[in-house]
Amino acid sequence: MEQVFKRPHALCDVPLHYCPGCGHGIVHRLVAEVLDELGIEGNTIGVAPVGCAVFAYNYFNCDVQEAAHGRAPAVATGIKRVHPDKVVFTYQGDGDLAAIGTAETVHAASRGENITIIFINNAIYGMTGGQMAPTTLPGQVTQTSPYGRDVKTQGHPLRVSEMLSTTSGAAYIERVTIDTVPHIKQAKKAIKKAFETQIAGKGFTLVEVVSTCPTNWGMSPVESMNWLRENMLPYYPLGVYCDRTAE
Amino acid sequence: MADKVLVKGNEAVAEAAIQAGCRYFFGYPITPQTEISAYMAKRMPKIGGVFLQAESEVSAANMVYGASGAGARVMTSSSSPGISLKAEALSYMAGADLPCVIVNIMRAGPGLGGIQASQSDYFQATKGHGHGDYRVIVLAPSSVQEIVDMTADAFDMADIYRMPVMILGDGMLGQMMEPVTFEKKESTRVVPEKTWATTGTQMKREHNVINSLYIEPNHLEKLVLERYEKYATIEATEKKYEAYKTDDAEFILTAYGSVARICKNAVDALREEGIKVGLIRPITLWPFPAESYTEHTKNAKSILTVEMSMGQMVEDVKLAVNGKLPVHFFGRTGGNIPYPNEVIAEVKKLIGGDK
Repeated sequence: MEQVFKRPHALCDVPLHYCPGCGHGIVHRLVAEVLDELGIEGNTIGVAPVGCAVFAYNYFNCDVQEAAHGRAPAVATGIKRVHPDKVVFTYQGDGDLAAIGTAETVHAASRGENITIIFINNAIYGMTGGQMAPTTLPGQVTQTSPYGRDVKTQGHPLRVSEMLSTTSGAAYIERVTIDTVPHIKQAKKAIKKAFETQIAGKGFTLVEVVSTCPTNWGMSPVESMNWLRENMLPYYPLGVYCDRTAE
Repeated sequence: MADKVLVKGNEAVAEAAIQAGCRYFFGYPITPQTEISAYMAKRMPKIGGVFLQAESEVSAANMVYGASGAGARVMTSSSSPGISLKAEALSYMAGADLPCVIVNIMRAGPGLGGIQASQSDYFQATKGHGHGDYRVIVLAPSSVQEIVDMTADAFDMADIYRMPVMILGDGMLGQMMEPVTFEKKESTRVVPEKTWATTGTQMKREHNVINSLYIEPNHLEKLVLERYEKYATIEATEKKYEAYKTDDAEFILTAYGSVARICKNAVDALREEGIKVGLIRPITLWPFPAESYTEHTKNAKSILTVEMSMGQMVEDVKLAVNGKLPVHFFGRTGGNIPYPNEVIAEVKKLIGGDK
């Protein structure tokens, strides 16, 4: 009998440690499917973050380096400068990329570093148990914003795709999400386009995936998807923020 | 015989690194080591190498991590406050068994301190920087020629032992111009192939992972213990020092780096007065050549450690001597350099006191 659905080769055959309903599993699969479809697994070097996806080096079948918190774009830069002919990507969450790694991210984009960043925005620090992230929404309750994020004292959520689209080095930036099948298909399309843009040598690419954290949001996976639609998408509108791929 | 050229210490370490096969340099400007970056910026594009000025020392050092993990010979340099920032990546490189060469051209601290020469990062270099159980090899040149001569070896050691190697100079050595020759020294070292590097699997092997995270305590303990076996080998085989006029010496000066040269002047001047003084100059600060303080102090009654700091190496000297001889300290700090006459006066004061 013909097998019509299987694990992508680029995804290792090991159990993932993610919580039930977490978006990481979906996005891992999308990245792996793209590596398979483009036939680049053997030519790709990934960079894993600190945070929930820290063990990504056990999940992707390509070579992987584990970076310090926030430093993935710098580590990726070092790799890419040594192997400009290889495909280099980082996989980072919002605390990693948009707080401790803001400088590394902005300057990798500004340099037009020819790498791809998969950025998971679920508005919370997941690994450490649900603290306020730079992308936590106003009023959102977390362990370190127990009365809801007060923008007067705790600042405003950072819109990463919008910010990075102002850099001249960015070639392709799109914000996608994974709440519905059509959105998941669009997310995969964006990830594929980002990798293709890198392979064409056009510069910095980033796909921001608006995702969920049922465990730390204190919701069921279905409630999380609803909360994402009602609260996150209005603040983080989906769409292409930068496209210089035709240039 | 290669021609002699007049170069600054900073430029010498850059050129020596290039000659040792380093083609990747990630830097960030800070006085008094910026000439290293400037030299690399000029040379690297002409030889197919990469010079990249990062947005911070933190980032530069993490670029080194990435490039090293990708299998390259890679270097970065900084001065004291910048080394504090690079400490993060040093710990991760030690934990991921990654080779690199890092140069610290020390300036005075703490904080911004000053921009003049200092040796007040001895603790940081030999015992500190990042978190965790780890070591880096620390080399302390005392002349521009010695910088040139030890740089290739620094890269070889980094690759052989898969760990960071630090070249620890100071602002005086970095800024000083001296005539040197760039001659390829014969080396018996065998540098292994980097089969562990992330170069792409080509679908022909299991994926390589560069990582310092080990959640299971027994697993992490095992890895740290293995690393300490490697450190024990280094301690047994890589210690280096210079003993100067120590055979009959009744009084031993000890100093490293540029201060050791000042102390040599003091030794010669004191010997002209008939005072039998010698000098022990550690060349490797880790591993510290502790045995030299037994071997070369047979006739000595006491030891004076001279440093451009408030006394940091003096602790290692005391451990090496282990109470058998009195160990004294003289130092200048804040960016001041001890003069030979100050060292001479200190020796005479101590000899008077010892008699």
